[in-house]
Amino acid sequence: MAKVKIYSLPTCPYCDKAKAFLDAYNINYEEVNVAADKESMEEMIDKTGQMGVPVLEIDDQIVIGFDRRKISELLGLAE
Amino acid sequence: MNKEKIYDLVIAGAGPAGISAAIYGVRKGLDLLVVTEDIGGQTNWTGDVENYTGFMMITGAELADKFAEHTKKYGIPIKEQEPLVELKNEGRLLAVKTTDGAYTARSVIVATGKTYKKLGVPGEEEFQRRGVAYCATCDAPFFAGKTVAVAGGGNSAFEYAQQLLGITRKTYIINLGKEPTADQILQERVLGADNVELMNSSMIAEITGDRFVQGIKVRSQDGVPGSERYLSVEGVFVAIGLTPNSSFSSELQKNENGEILVDNCNRTNIPGVFAAGDVTDVPHKQIIVAAGEGAKAALSAYLYLVRN
Repeated sequence: MAKVKIYSLPTCPYCDKAKAFLDAYNINYEEVNVAADKESMEEMIDKTGQMGVPVLEIDDQIVIGFDRRKISELLGLAE
Repeated sequence: MNKEKIYDLVIAGAGPAGISAAIYGVRKGLDLLVVTEDIGGQTNWTGDVENYTGFMMITGAELADKFAEHTKKYGIPIKEQEPLVELKNEGRLLAVKTTDGAYTARSVIVATGKTYKKLGVPGEEEFQRRGVAYCATCDAPFFAGKTVAVAGGGNSAFEYAQQLLGITRKTYIINLGKEPTADQILQERVLGADNVELMNSSMIAEITGDRFVQGIKVRSQDGVPGSERYLSVEGVFVAIGLTPNSSFSSELQKNENGEILVDNCNRTNIPGVFAAGDVTDVPHKQIIVAAGEGAKAALSAYLYLVRN
């Protein structure tokens, strides 16, 4: 099972969409609210070179934005 | 992708207009396809919606989810992450090209909506998501404790400033006009804060930085030519209005703002091509208006298909 982490903001609609998508496939994930966790925010910016959420980390692969195709591909989901 | 297949109707866009069109179309038994970037469109970015009939209060994101749910009930085929890039009139048939495919249809409803207007200055593209932002609700937390600039002078610009001033060190408002056009009460609320500076008759001429935004060059409209002021900022929020997503066709007639011209049956100048919602010249850009226009467009497309 892939390790999934999602960097999110409570005000970001595409973060909710990404989480609902993962939920629909019963994928377990760790969620980090970067507004409340400054260190994680810096870590995310450093890893991705950009300031925008959601960012998904699937094992050691990074997905910027709710790119369901890439997420499906990395998780081996048949949409 | 099946090149041979001919759809009754292809709908481009899945905001309130596109979704309503799809629901009406499928209920009329049309063989249809929706191609879109996402479901909900601008509705996703709308905060609280308090004027959509039947809902006392619903967030834009929740309403967008309801749209998606409604299409599932009818099994409407939707290609997401596949926006329209070109629409061509090929006699009796219409050629629809998306980022990933090509489709043929007897009729098309364009419901591609609007997106944030860009400044069109050097550095804007380069620093997108690296300091340049178009949505304060979404991106403000990244600029906590920093100095930022908001470009614009209307309600959106002042609403952005209002959201930012509480968390940023300083917020500049760079307004092109002599005076802001935002509502008086909103202006007073924003300009009453001591960490806000309004610069009228000014424009951002360039956005500069390294890995991320570090500053902007601000040019005064009535200043001495060549006199530019450099402001050290880490964020630039652009709130200068919206622009219709209508560049996919040079055959469609549009007004000076790029909005597609439609008659009261949502017909465009191309037979079989209809348009609905914010991408059109219909006044009052509202979710409920767009939804109604989408329904009208689908009924008009249905009548067109029956008659042709």
